[in-house]
Amino acid sequence: MSGDVVLSVADAQVAFPMGGFLRRASILGVAGVSFEIRRGETFALVGESGSGKTTLARAINGLQKISAGRIEFLGTRIDGLGARRMRPMRRRMAMMFQDPVGSLSPRMTVGDLVSEPFRIHRGVSADLRAQTRRLLSLVGLPEDFAARYPHQLSGGQARRIGVARAIALDPDLVIADEPTAGLDVSVQGEILNLLNDLREKMGLAMLIITHNLHVVRHIADSTAVMYLGRFVETGETQRVFAAPAHPYTAALLSANPEPDPDKARERISLPAEVPSLLARPRGCEFHPRCPWTQPRCAEQAPPTRADAERRVSCHFPLPPPPPHGRMPPTPIETGE
Amino acid sequence: MTTLAIENLNVAFATDDGTLHALKDVCFEVPSNRITGIVGESGCGKSTLINAILRLLAQNGRVTGGAIRFEGETDLLRLPPERMRALRGARISTVFQDPMGALNPVLSIGRQMVNVQYRSPLPQAEKETRAAEMLEQVRIPDARAALQRYPHQFSGGMKQRIAIAMALMMKPSLLIADEPTTALDATLEVATIELLQDLQKSIGCSVLFISHHLGVIAELCDEVVVMYAGEVVERGSVRQIFNRPRHPYTARLLECDLGRQAKRMRRLPVIAGDLPDLRARPEGCVFAPRCPHAEEQCARPQSERDMGDGHFARCILADATVLQ
Repeated sequence: MSGDVVLSVADAQVAFPMGGFLRRASILGVAGVSFEIRRGETFALVGESGSGKTTLARAINGLQKISAGRIEFLGTRIDGLGARRMRPMRRRMAMMFQDPVGSLSPRMTVGDLVSEPFRIHRGVSADLRAQTRRLLSLVGLPEDFAARYPHQLSGGQARRIGVARAIALDPDLVIADEPTAGLDVSVQGEILNLLNDLREKMGLAMLIITHNLHVVRHIADSTAVMYLGRFVETGETQRVFAAPAHPYTAALLSANPEPDPDKARERISLPAEVPSLLARPRGCEFHPRCPWTQPRCAEQAPPTRADAERRVSCHFPLPPPPPHGRMPPTPIETGE
Repeated sequence: MTTLAIENLNVAFATDDGTLHALKDVCFEVPSNRITGIVGESGCGKSTLINAILRLLAQNGRVTGGAIRFEGETDLLRLPPERMRALRGARISTVFQDPMGALNPVLSIGRQMVNVQYRSPLPQAEKETRAAEMLEQVRIPDARAALQRYPHQFSGGMKQRIAIAMALMMKPSLLIADEPTTALDATLEVATIELLQDLQKSIGCSVLFISHHLGVIAELCDEVVVMYAGEVVERGSVRQIFNRPRHPYTARLLECDLGRQAKRMRRLPVIAGDLPDLRARPEGCVFAPRCPHAEEQCARPQSERDMGDGHFARCILADATVLQ
């Protein structure tokens, strides 16, 4: 099956240097994560602001150097590749950035924007006009949009242009950073359906970064929950949502406001805010905010437990909820 | 008692391509001591409505009809500017989406919180004490010391809580909150709405809460107003709107929220079509061009139907049960 693996990340770390020139220190934005994405698979990264999601995406794309670990794309090691050797790789790996309008040059027409990838990667010979037409129709926009400028587009239309640019060169992997942030609910479905159709049609692998858990539940095959640059829980999306094993995952899920006024809300409240990366807590890094913290959590880093469908880093993972019940208030004690 | 009553409000903007009717015959009430939510997507006129209430419309905007009654009598639209200024910040205050934009980066939090009390006759020291108390109420740790600090020294969630504290400093009777949690993470969002709920109860003010996030509206609000293309298409209690929507737009909007879809779906629901051009409003129902239930008579102007218990919808189907 390894032939199907499009992207493989092993123990990747990203360190940012800090402080003056005598006291060199660094903080870890990404502190050692490993995962694989296969052809046709949608992989979601979730976590609060500052958990390292975007940094990880930038590292995969080569916009950010990794300080340890390795990243393989289509069987080739790509971390540390120079700009020239990275270029053909980037052709096969497309990035959709967070801000849809901000990532489009205001001085270029939609036609120029959509055909820009062909001009950058000159090896691809193409009839630019025909390509523009093809791409616009793929993302469901009329041909005459080619003459428009970004400020004449709605948020949803700007996203579609972002999608068109991303898929222009027929990539194997699309990295979408918050593809629906700021979109109205009636439009967010359009963009996600579009990405999903293209994934099926082109056999794309997709990495989606988002903090909208409802979106993740509907479109992602696998989900990784990030906290302070580490994966605290990864697994098959359905299982993670049905029975979160890490307290942080459970808290994130319970913090999701549900559009139902009659729903009984049992919130797991997280005290305080995300700690600074400059002062990572000892032991389990989540313990200062964890409602179920035990003495051991403050001392030892948690082990990672893994089965075929899930990995979780916690001393005391939560048990699966009883059928038709809600989350039990106390976790099972695991044997010493 | 109603704190705010909007009666047949019409707002138009003069543009190069003709007059744009941003709000048309908007009617609703914000009852005292309640949280009223306004839901609607981009372009539905939420921001225009707030600006009209605060009398802060852009230069090319004009109220072309209607009244905004505040605390029973006064029509805000007819107040002389200086009396309107006296209301803003004291009786009516606002919290916006971006907390950084609301706080002055070069003044300490304490200074700003004392400044907002400029209408109060209390001595300086007393004002500082009140500022510290207010910060404590919004759960800023070590409130006394926090007064000395500057906005950049706080996280995004704390800055928004400070903005809320400042807005409530003068114990207004109406707080207008425009997407105050949109820029926050889900964990902070929940904490912020719980805080707003508590403060609303303890101060006893009314809140007009604007959001496009249905989950937040369902959780926080007592009454809900649904807007589409500058019109109120439906209004009622939060349960009426979420459990028995009578306008097809409300029903479709709820369907599009993935949080209401328990089953995992590969094909996600959307509302096909675009907002109408507000420079050439359709004469009939404004949602008809996108409505799956549209009929011939929808091309004629539609009045608001009263379904009892404060539930209103502007649709010919309001009395029928097609949507259930």
